Amino acid sequence: MYKLLAFLRRALRHRSFVVGGLLTAIMLSMALLSVFWTPYSPTAINVRKRLAGPSLDHWLGNDPYGRDVFSMIIVGAQNSIAVGMIAVGAGMSIGTLLGLVAAARRGWLEELIMRFSDFTYAFPAILSAIMFAAILGPNSINSIIAIAIFNIPIFARVSRASANVIWSRDFILAARAAGKGAVRITIEHVLPNILAILVVQITIQFALAILAEAALSYLGLGTQPPTPSWGRMLNEAQAMIFRAPSLVIFPGLAIVVSVLGLNLLGDGLRDLTDPRLSRQR
Amino acid sequence: MALLEVSDLKVNLRTARGSVQAVRGLNFSLERGETLGIVGESGCGKSMTALALMGLLPDNAAPTGRIALHGQNLLELSEAQLSALRGDRMAMIFQEPMTSLNPLHRIGEQIAEPLRLHRKMSQRQARERALDLLNRVGIPNPVQRIDAYPHQLSGGQRQRVMIAMALACEPDILVADEPTTALDVTIQGQILDLIGRLVDETGMGLILISHDLGVIAETVNRVLVMYAGRAVEHGPVQDVFERMAHPYTRGLFAAMPRLREGVASWPRPALPTIAGIVPDLHDLSDAGCAFAPRCGFADARCGKETPPNMDLGNDHTADCWHTEQTLATPIEEQAT
Amino acid sequence: MPQFLLKRFLTLLATLFATSVIVFLVLEILPGDPALMLLGVDATDEQLAVLRNEMGLNRPAFTRYIAWMAGLLHGDFGISYSYKVPVSGLIVDRLFLTYPLAINAMIITMVLALSLGIFAAARHNKLGDVLVMSLSQVGISIPSFWFGILLVLLFAVHLGWFAAGGFAGWENPLAGLKSLLLPSLSLAVVQAAILTRITRSAVLEVLREDFVRTARAKGLSRGAILWGHVLRNAMIPVITMAGLLFGALLTGGIVVEQVFSLPGLGRLVFQAISNRDIEVVKAVVILLAFTVVMVNFFVDLLYAAIDPRLKAADV
Repeated sequence: MYKLLAFLRRALRHRSFVVGGLLTAIMLSMALLSVFWTPYSPTAINVRKRLAGPSLDHWLGNDPYGRDVFSMIIVGAQNSIAVGMIAVGAGMSIGTLLGLVAAARRGWLEELIMRFSDFTYAFPAILSAIMFAAILGPNSINSIIAIAIFNIPIFARVSRASANVIWSRDFILAARAAGKGAVRITIEHVLPNILAILVVQITIQFALAILAEAALSYLGLGTQPPTPSWGRMLNEAQAMIFRAPSLVIFPGLAIVVSVLGLNLLGDGLRDLTDPRLSRQR
Repeated sequence: MALLEVSDLKVNLRTARGSVQAVRGLNFSLERGETLGIVGESGCGKSMTALALMGLLPDNAAPTGRIALHGQNLLELSEAQLSALRGDRMAMIFQEPMTSLNPLHRIGEQIAEPLRLHRKMSQRQARERALDLLNRVGIPNPVQRIDAYPHQLSGGQRQRVMIAMALACEPDILVADEPTTALDVTIQGQILDLIGRLVDETGMGLILISHDLGVIAETVNRVLVMYAGRAVEHGPVQDVFERMAHPYTRGLFAAMPRLREGVASWPRPALPTIAGIVPDLHDLSDAGCAFAPRCGFADARCGKETPPNMDLGNDHTADCWHTEQTLATPIEEQAT
Repeated sequence: MPQFLLKRFLTLLATLFATSVIVFLVLEILPGDPALMLLGVDATDEQLAVLRNEMGLNRPAFTRYIAWMAGLLHGDFGISYSYKVPVSGLIVDRLFLTYPLAINAMIITMVLALSLGIFAAARHNKLGDVLVMSLSQVGISIPSFWFGILLVLLFAVHLGWFAAGGFAGWENPLAGLKSLLLPSLSLAVVQAAILTRITRSAVLEVLREDFVRTARAKGLSRGAILWGHVLRNAMIPVITMAGLLFGALLTGGIVVEQVFSLPGLGRLVFQAISNRDIEVVKAVVILLAFTVVMVNFFVDLLYAAIDPRLKAADV
């Protein structure tokens, strides 16, 4: 228990962690808030207020259909978070499983898994997302699938690499000598030791997932109307860029703040959990 | 005028836990053709001394005192002036031949580098000289090897290449920081012989740093024993080994594994050790002998008053209050 | 040495093969019946049969794959269902937009990243370093398409120096390059931020190596050490990353093309997606995927050329 407290105390002194944590917390709380309350309905069309700039009633203004931008942004956060969490969660689970199996089994199985993940790693994310959107049709579920799929090889790689390091340690040898099977060793010893690295990777991938979801929605391949999504907001705002230039700013800022927050958080976590404390940043 | 004169050299290190003195007032000199061995355990400050001589200390280290090469105080020179001297008038070889050479450059290029830099030689001239140097350091088949990459050579060969690089501009001083520690025992002897031979041939001054008394005994004229940043004993190697005065030196010697009386019978006598551990430099005070807590001859005065530099004749000195006593005690009976 | 090349080349072939199989499986087999997708659920069985015949769908999958691959080797990418013309014709013109865009972006990325990365490493922990690190931190958090929109906002809407989109064509090369400038910049910013950080840490790592200490002992100045010793060694991880980045730039270009209304492969593939024109999608995807694989192959070779230890170890 006080390991956790000691960790928290160190963490709170680390700049990246604090700033990142704050930004992420803001984003999460906005999203949470929007579940219960929004100033206006994000889908309420109000033609009279089309393209209005920020005002006291509508803090961030109105979009080309008169909808309240602020409400759309905070509800859009729900979308980004949901897609991010599910996609990364799925990708992480499958990828980590593959990586752990590869590290435990070695031999041809490991080769196969690693060749496969090397190959998909080189296959750029957007391309595979587009392929899947092409055949499955554009909607949020499919973008989740596409994003999850490109997360699998990343987690497979990371988990295998760190699991290999643990497997080579002497205490594992002791466990094996005591007769423990590979599965038990993996669950009891390997997994807890690579947890820190996985957590860092998760925050990084979460950030990337938000970016990917935004790109897909911008292209029309992701979340479909009327569900608000930051990417699609940018697309609609761009069409009106000459008439209402400020509209393109807010959804983009929302993305940047969320992604920056997660990146800083990940950086902070990485520095805090790195056993080589003298490592240069 | 001596080739090299070091007076009251101190090196201050800024660490996360505060300032610490790694070298606490070192004095010695070196003549042309003379070889000085600096011996001591890890952390005694010998490497820091070497780096200070070359001006290669890390950014958090601040040297004070005087290091006079041909009468010129190196500590007062600018970085540019020091760079001009390094590799030309003074050269250094390091402990790890594996990683001390750039893996992407051929060894011929690396040997030629100081020549092209300090002697402004053309590529062809430098290459010829490099071939010559490879011959001198005993690399077989130099014409082929000159274009080899470091990873294609063995550890001993790499160290020879390092020596060739150091000797390229015929420096006045060579500083060798544990040059054989990372090598196989059989190769160690060869490299030490090579260094000794080159020193004889060129008449340059050599400072050899080691933690191994055996290496020191075989290779140098004079020895300086360091402990916790200070010199505790200094003198001609023959005299120091015959009349070991400082308890630390004696402890080091006694701890060397070697064939003794009774070694063939079981149980063998235990190898003597020096009780205690090397002090943390952060905890040291300026006054008193740093070795006192571990010393069998120490009394209350040792902890409080810094021992004087006792002259034992024959240019042999030791910093100890009890040299009469130590010199009278045979080493085997030394209390630990 | 030839043995090493051979091994690499065989791996290349295997990867290309695997890529083509995956693209074929995903795009042709997985969706089920392309004819059904094209005609919709209301189509009669007769209509479906006719279309299937036309599309050659009655042949077994293996045959179709071989036919497709054979065609690819001749530059025949099939016939587009929506336009009824050879896909290769549709692709060729657009190639000359998408690829130059990626190359432009790559050049900007490399120049920016290498100079900023080395600058930051040389001023480690000082103001310059902190600035570069903060900027790059923001840079990796920006969506490149949003950056593109912001560039449009500033340079087209506000300042009027550039058009808000569109491609001027290559008849006037300068005009063509000008219309690619903002798109290349928006692609480059994110990748440059990533590469800057990698360059910086690669240089810092090398600076801590023992042979740098040896170089200083030889009397080399800090500048000479940086150029002569550090950079070549630091380039190894940087170049590896750069190869991957080109893949990201090429495919990221698809998104950026939408931002700037550029008539490149991106627009082609999106139209094809809405028209369910699988042949076109297959063609664009395989083209891009093959390019990425080839680029990585050349990066591998370059890597071996720089580091002599690899040629020895790999045989």
